[in-house]
Amino acid sequence: MNRVVITGLGVCSPLGKNAAEFSATLKAGKSAIGPISIIETEGLITKIGAQVLDFDPNAYFESNKLPLYDRCTQFALVAAREAIAQSGLDFRNGLGARSATIIGSGVGGQGTQDENYQRLYLQGAKRCHPLTIPKLMINAPCCHITMEHGITGPSFVVASACSSANHAIGVAFQMVRAGMVEVAVTGGTEAVFTFGTIRGWEALRVMAPDTCRPFSLGRKGMVLGEGAAVMVIESRERALARGATIVAEILGFGTTSDASDIVMPALDGAAGAIAACLEDAKLAPEAVDYVNAHGTGTAANDITETKALHKVFGAHAKKLAVSSTKSMHGHTLGAAGAIELAATIAGMHGGFIPPTANYAEADPQCDLDYVPNEARSGAINVAISNSFAFGGHNAVVAVRRA
Amino acid sequence: MADVATDVLEVIAKQAKTEPAKVTRETELADLNLESLDTIELIFALEEKFNIEIPYNANEASTAGINFTTAGDVIDAVAKLVAEQKGSAA
Repeated sequence: MNRVVITGLGVCSPLGKNAAEFSATLKAGKSAIGPISIIETEGLITKIGAQVLDFDPNAYFESNKLPLYDRCTQFALVAAREAIAQSGLDFRNGLGARSATIIGSGVGGQGTQDENYQRLYLQGAKRCHPLTIPKLMINAPCCHITMEHGITGPSFVVASACSSANHAIGVAFQMVRAGMVEVAVTGGTEAVFTFGTIRGWEALRVMAPDTCRPFSLGRKGMVLGEGAAVMVIESRERALARGATIVAEILGFGTTSDASDIVMPALDGAAGAIAACLEDAKLAPEAVDYVNAHGTGTAANDITETKALHKVFGAHAKKLAVSSTKSMHGHTLGAAGAIELAATIAGMHGGFIPPTANYAEADPQCDLDYVPNEARSGAINVAISNSFAFGGHNAVVAVRRA
Repeated sequence: MADVATDVLEVIAKQAKTEPAKVTRETELADLNLESLDTIELIFALEEKFNIEIPYNANEASTAGINFTTAGDVIDAVAKLVAEQKGSAA
């Protein structure tokens, strides 16, 4: 079995449109949650979100390509370019056939769907634009990465709602570990700021009207975010042989299903995924320093996740630094696992522990060290990143500092 | 008001899959075996029925002074919101 390392990381997120900017904003503990401005908010109850602001597609893409690229594809392509450039790999010399592209997304091209259905239903348009379907399909971000970089090995999108990116990274990790491919480009992307999608989320009654305060007393729910993070992974042996800079090592992956409620989290499912990840990574609980929590800021998740950490880590739970960076970049749904692994790696490299922003007051039911409000200087050697999705899909990834 | 009460109790009974006669003002929603999504569906059904917006957040015990402990709480909240928002029994 190969050891698997990350040799490239790209981010296009509310906290920055490249990995360096993302890391600096995280370290500053600055939340990107603010008034929704990229769409009209009349008729919406929820007026806040974490958006990728000042994102000009024309700065990244040729005008003849843009009609095929939904916003979620644009984010994925920008992040993939950065990751692949950092890795120094060229897929067009034969390597492409031995490489995979595995991307997570919860819902794909919502903007494209919303825009076209509005034209049909509201404006009485007689026809859809011919690129509607290839632009909105959930696998579009993945296939455009393969086309732009000439990656011809296995490629597909993994959809498990808020666990999509962690599942994608986990599958890609297993493919490289098993030797099925030499290299994989993996991560997640999401762009859900549309009138219809936000109204749908509002109807679930879980959206915070003020901000996202994970694990804090007075938390009122989740705040949506958007963006993408993509990484290049390969065997450690291969990376060392070619003298690549290793960003981090992926140690293990654990995944379970609650098989109970469609929206309520379950302790056994969450704890089971964390325990499975530690077992896969051959890690003793005491070896883990940091947990990038799922931490949505809902009443239910944050209590269940805290209990799950107690259950798996025992006495060591109190020694863990646990934070939810969703307090800064929002809940990016199908991109969450990738953006949060990027946050974990940013902390590893920058010598800081990302904080939980907007933390107001201790909740007796959430009794761990949530690194409130300010990044803490300190070394993260080993970390896990949790994703627990609607549908009961739980996925946890473990990483170690290179 | 009496109509609102009858209609609200009917909507609650329907969501709880029970007889309207078995739901009174004193009935606690928790005793009707309403699961996670049932409460949210109940609120949606009330909003549709009375053409109102109910400020309910599942993360809070009480949103904008409204709580839904008993069927009577729901009746009072709906009656108040109908008056405020000029909703109507559809």
